[in-house]
Amino acid sequence: MTAATDKSAFWMGLRDGLPFVFIVVPFAILFGVVAIDAGLSLAQTLGFTILVIAGAAQFAAVQLMLDNAAIGFVLLAALAVNLRMAMYSAALVPYLGAAPLWQRALISYLNFDQSYMMSIAKFEETPEMSVPDRTAYFLGVATAIAPLWCVATLVGALVGKAIPEAFAIDFVLPIAFLSMVAPMLRTLAHVAAALVSIAVSMVLIGLPSGSGLLIAALCAMGTGVMVESWMERARG
Amino acid sequence: MTYSTAEIWLIIGLMAAGTFAIRFSFLGLIGDREMPPMVLRMLRYTPVAVLPGMVAPLVFWPAATGGQPDLVRIVAAVAAVAFAYRTKKVLWGMGAGVVTFYAGLWITGLL
Repeated sequence: MTAATDKSAFWMGLRDGLPFVFIVVPFAILFGVVAIDAGLSLAQTLGFTILVIAGAAQFAAVQLMLDNAAIGFVLLAALAVNLRMAMYSAALVPYLGAAPLWQRALISYLNFDQSYMMSIAKFEETPEMSVPDRTAYFLGVATAIAPLWCVATLVGALVGKAIPEAFAIDFVLPIAFLSMVAPMLRTLAHVAAALVSIAVSMVLIGLPSGSGLLIAALCAMGTGVMVESWMERARG
Repeated sequence: MTYSTAEIWLIIGLMAAGTFAIRFSFLGLIGDREMPPMVLRMLRYTPVAVLPGMVAPLVFWPAATGGQPDLVRIVAAVAAVAFAYRTKKVLWGMGAGVVTFYAGLWITGLL
């Protein structure tokens, strides 16, 4: 594989990641505002964003810290929110497992919802992509998002003014995630998995910090495989 | 907040290490070794198994309305799914969802 194709895969990823600027920037600003309001220093706020680089878990941690929760509980809850990323990590293995260790480590650091979703959709759509191209594509998407996530957090922390509630940016994130997942509903099995995921997560909404979502995801994956094998048998 | 500076950095450091460990887990340790076919099958459903469940409560019980179902949000979500599904383009779904959402907010604001 030549360096030229790596490069174009990187640019393709960068371009595909750009639309997420509109989602990531408001949320990062919001995190900056919330963290400073909660009493974190500028360095600590940026430390969160750069070292942890996982929006939902960061918000969860700051919320619990505001309540002066025990440190162990803050960690447990925030990490539970991130456990879905173990599934992302596993799902990337068939596509990126052959990449060198340092690249897999870099990809792991940058493996968040948007970079994972965008890349896995691309890898499924173009199975002929080489491993270096996939790596370059993934890093392209992440490059469009991660630096901006940090810069926008800094802006929020410095400006310290919340985005007016009238803009209702809370709903931009769900719209983005739904738009990412809808094109992946290729078969009845995928649709069944999505419906089970919705139903179970809503029933288990009372469980703490995303543990309901993990159970829902496992049920949904099982459903997908089951429906898939039924359909194979029905086709004979 | 009553934590000391050191305690806050401890939280940040351990969260960073833990989050990286979660993300590195399978990709880092399995590498290109074979995984059982059944596991591979299940993993193909990861995106459609995680995201809908993550988003559903935000659509049906949004915090912005105090957890009350809100027609504008539900319609906007349906528009996003429908457009993204039909066009197979993430951007079209996002566009349709955002336009529907803000148009809906504007119209209900007028009523």
